[in-house]
Order: sequence, then C-alpha cells, then structure tokens
Amino acid sequence: MPKTLLEKVWDSHVVVEQKDGPSLLYVDRHLVHEVTSPQAFDGLRMNKRKVRRPDLTFATVDHNVPTSDRSLPIIDQISANQIQVLETNCKNFGIQLFGIHSSNQGIVHVIGPELGITLPGTTIVCGDSHTSTHGAFGALAFGIGTSDVEHVLATQCLWMDRPKTFEIRVEGKRKNVHAITAKDIILSIIRQIGTAGGAGTIIEYRGQAITDLTLEQRMTICNMSIEGGARAGLIAPDEKTFRYLKGRRYVPKNYDECIDYWQKNLKSDAGAHFDKSITLHADKMAPQVSWGTNPAMTISVTDAIPFPEEYAKGNPDEEKAAIKALQYMDLKPGTRITDISLDRVFIGSCTNSRLEDLIEASRVIKEKKVSPKVRAMVVPGSQLVKKQAEELGLDKIFKDANFEWRESGCSMCLGMNPDILAAGERCASTSNRNFEGRQGAGGRTHLVSPVMAAAAAISGRFVDVRELDLN
Amino acid sequence: MEKFKTIKSIAIPFDKVNVDTDQIIPKQFLKLVQKTGFGQYLFYDWRFEKDGKPRADFVLNNPKYRGSRILLTRDNFGCGSSREHATWALLDYGFTVIIAPSFADIFYNNCFKNGILPIKIDNKTLDMLFNNPSEIEVDLEKQTIKTNDMTITFEIENHRKKTLLEGLDDITITLQYEDKISQYEKKSQTV
Repeated sequence: MPKTLLEKVWDSHVVVEQKDGPSLLYVDRHLVHEVTSPQAFDGLRMNKRKVRRPDLTFATVDHNVPTSDRSLPIIDQISANQIQVLETNCKNFGIQLFGIHSSNQGIVHVIGPELGITLPGTTIVCGDSHTSTHGAFGALAFGIGTSDVEHVLATQCLWMDRPKTFEIRVEGKRKNVHAITAKDIILSIIRQIGTAGGAGTIIEYRGQAITDLTLEQRMTICNMSIEGGARAGLIAPDEKTFRYLKGRRYVPKNYDECIDYWQKNLKSDAGAHFDKSITLHADKMAPQVSWGTNPAMTISVTDAIPFPEEYAKGNPDEEKAAIKALQYMDLKPGTRITDISLDRVFIGSCTNSRLEDLIEASRVIKEKKVSPKVRAMVVPGSQLVKKQAEELGLDKIFKDANFEWRESGCSMCLGMNPDILAAGERCASTSNRNFEGRQGAGGRTHLVSPVMAAAAAISGRFVDVRELDLN
Repeated sequence: MEKFKTIKSIAIPFDKVNVDTDQIIPKQFLKLVQKTGFGQYLFYDWRFEKDGKPRADFVLNNPKYRGSRILLTRDNFGCGSSREHATWALLDYGFTVIIAPSFADIFYNNCFKNGILPIKIDNKTLDMLFNNPSEIEVDLEKQTIKTNDMTITFEIENHRKKTLLEGLDDITITLQYEDKISQYEKKSQTV
C-alpha cells in the first residue's frame, strides 16, 4: 500500500505497537533548553533514574539569555539561576551543552540544523512547540511538555497516538521572491486553515512553491505548523537538503550512504492517502501582516483591517474574539495596513533569524536610516549566524541604519529576557506569535517577514515591499 | 500522580476561543525551576490590574465561583507554547477538569500527565452548561457529567482514562519494555 512520508518515518520508529492505544516511538534526537527542563531533571533525581542516551541529547540556553554584552553578569537572578541549573544538570547527567559562552550557543531550532544534529527521517523532540521547525529536513519533529521531556530523558522513547496526515500543497511560483517570502506563504496557510486547522494532524508541505524554497525558508514554513494547530510539519528531503547538511559537525560518518537511503525512502508514494488535503497558489500571494491576537488574524499588506463579522464568517465565538483583538490592538476596521505606524521592530526568533533572513532584511536598509520614531533590533538566531553575518558585513549595514545588533537567543519573540515591549507599544515582528502580551504585557505584535519588518523600520509604518527595488 | 476521583463542583464559564498558554501562564513566571506555586499566576494579565488588584470583570474573580474545580471553555483551549507550566498553574489553582469542544494537542497531552481531565463535548451541549452555571458532577469511571437536570456522557481514549483513574506513571510503564527498546537500538544503528 502506498505510504506517506510521515507514515514511513513513523513506522521505522515504532518500538511497541498496541491494538488499542498509543505506540511507543523511539526518539533519535532530544534537544533541551533551560526553561522546560529543570523539573524533568528533578524527576529523574527523585526516582534515581539516569539519562538513557546522553549521546543523543543536546542542550543550549536560549529562552531567557540576555542579548546584550555576554561578558557582563546576568542581572536577573532568577534567569541566571535557571541557566545555572541547566549547566549543573548537563554536567551531572553527561549531556553536551552549548552554554552561554559557547560559539555554538543559539536558539535550539537554529543550532540543531546548523550543527547537523537534525537529520532526514529522524524523530526529534524538544520541550518547545517550535520543534516543528526541523520537519524542513524530512524529520518527524515536535514539541513536548516537561513530563515527556523527563520520559524521553529516562527512556529515549515516547508514547504517541498515530496522528492523521494533512497534505498542504502550495503550487505555482511566487511573483517576486524577495518580496513574497516563506513567511508570507505560511501566514497565508494559517490564515486559510485557522489556528486549529491542523489539530490532530501532521502536515506534509508539498508542491512547486515549497520545493523552490531553500532549507532556511523551509524551516520558516515548518516552524509555524504549530500556529496552524499541527504538532509537526514535514517536507520531503531533496538534493538541497543533502547539500545543506553535508560536512556539518554531527552528521554521520557514512553520510553518502545515508543519502542513498534517504533518497529511496523519504518521500510520499504516488497515490498515498492523506486524511486531509488543500492546495494554495503562490502566484496569488502578497506580503502578509497580522492584525489581531492570533496568527490566523492576518491579511495582505494591501488590505484594510476587517470588520469582526467579516472576519468571523458567521462564527459568534470568532466574532467576539475579533472584537476583543481589535480593542487590544487599538485598531479600527477599515484602516489600511499601510497606515499603521510602529514603535518597535524585531528581526529574530526561530522563525526568521537565520543568515538568509538577515541578508534579505539588509537589502532594504542599505544606506538608509531607521525612522526616528522607531527602535529596531536584530537578534541573530545563533552565534554562528551572527559570525557569518558579520563576515558579510551585515552588522555594519544594520548598525549604520541605527538597528541594534545583538547577541543570539529567543529574545523578544517571547520576552523572557529584558527584551520586551512596553504596554501600548506596536511592533513589526518576524516572530511567530501575536498573542496578547507575548512580547510584553500590553504590547501589540504584527507578524511579518524580515523584509517587511526592515522596510517598516525605515518608514515608521508598514509598506508594501513589492514597491521597493529589492534586487 | 494522584488517582482521579469523582469531582463535584460549580463550573466556571470562561467564554473565550483559542485561549493560548501564554495567557494561561505568562512568560515572566516560567523562570521557576519547580512544579508548584504557579496557581497564583494563572491567567495573570487577565486576572489582575497593573497594580496587582483583581479585575472585577474577570470571571475567576467572581466570588460565586470561588473554589471551583471545573473550567468550561471554548475551542482550541491551550494552543501555542508547549509550556507544561500552564497545566501546573491550572492544577495548582484547583482545576482538575476542563470542558471544551476541542483542545490543542500538546496541552491535551500535558493534562493527563498531571492528573487533569480534559473533556471534549460538542458545542450544543457545552452551551447548555454555559447557560446554566451550577454545580456539576464529573465521573470519569462512568464517563458522565451530571447537572441538576441532565446527564451528559463523554468519550475518552481508554488508555488515557486508565492513566488518570489509576494515577499511573508513564515512565514506570515504559521501563517494562526495556528489552524492546534495547532491541530497537541494536537493530537501527544507521543514523
């Protein structure tokens, strides 16, 4: 029987199968960070358990690390303690840690792929919902809670019900590849399926507009699968995938043999059945901007803020939510997106903080200045991204334009560190969630691509980047 | 984990769709390294004014619902971040049952790890509960929700029901499969 990519990866990882109940799946890679792991390590200690496979477990600090000068001590003592606790746990349990002073420190979903920890056809988990990012390599990668972190540490396995499969095809070609980005594709998808559209499923992204993307762009797509309610999203690996990973630190020694296996095995068979299927067309897509307090509340840059009843399409709960969102965002229906002015711009997060994101953003700001009304910051996803960007002189372009050029971490995507919005501040952000207070209590987030964020920093309001010369 | 017992309590009608875990427990409270004490921060930004006074218009602050152990809410509850702190906060506050038409996947899973019963019921039945906020009884063994004038049955996966009723610890169960795990490891040393 023809199988989907997900089914193939799933079947090759089943350790125990039960008739009525979940399967026990083997976990190939476990990524760990400081916020969702302390209680898991405590649990191991309490029960006198060891980490079963420290060699398959990798840790870093990203969520609450300051992005300012790393030679200075961390002022927030509770953050400092959480970082310290991870260091101690990794030492005691024999886990490789890319700590705050490591040249490989970075957002866990940026360093996994860049170190070659992420591999096609593997299962990857982490106590973080954006673990879906690694699906860009054809891995089955998903976020888990802290109890499951403890479970994986102790057993290297996880109980899971077989998920349903959801095929999302994006056909055609983008009209302007610099202006209409992977971020605009995934926001268009979420806007269509809704924040729970993928619940209970794992998505496979397919079609020409997906295979056209680079690996870093594919990561942006898979990263936000969770914003569409799906725990994971996959893209079949191809030549680009194998080229991207070649020579990276943790790829297997028999890499070329692995490629043969991956090429033969890691794609959905013709005629494979998906439980659900939709198709979108990239040639019709425009730059996207979120206007509300969840990622499905998104429109094209040329649109006006919708009326609640128009957004809700007859669903009274959604209508109430839209009314509340407009209040929170201090926006009126009918306002044009391009009439919205901004106080802050954030380029960063596991969605959009990789080298290509920074290159694309820098095109817009070269020889320009950030609007005097705006405070803008760039937070590279990892120390390696930062170093590579500096080798290309991007730091200079950003700094000359009056962007802050900072150290790597999750930063203002969730504001666990000092990088937060003040109440009432409005931010164009390349991150993944525009939830109330996500970037700071009372802060107002508009999700956009890096190029849209950069252009907004210069103009002090949103602009349609298709009107700019981006070549 | 404690065994799940029949719960009798007034249910709080929390009428909102897509409640995300950032709202359930805002990020400034994720820096703690233990599992306890999160209840005081539950729904913090919605529950309290900037000066820390309870907001009169927030349903959890209504004295009528004090001591409630059952939360009625809407679609896609617990979406967003995987933070189990959200579950710990709900539990620490006193909730052991959450009733909604649907839950986000990771949150749903996290509930069972902590002895919280998330119940999925259809919108029409849920509306009836919303419209008559009163004491209700949740019996997991019988899979029923009883109000003064009706009894609603609900579905739940057998294995999840068993986990809650017996207060089982997943890791202990999994470690019984040690042989299978070792066998798997031996056979799949490709990557």
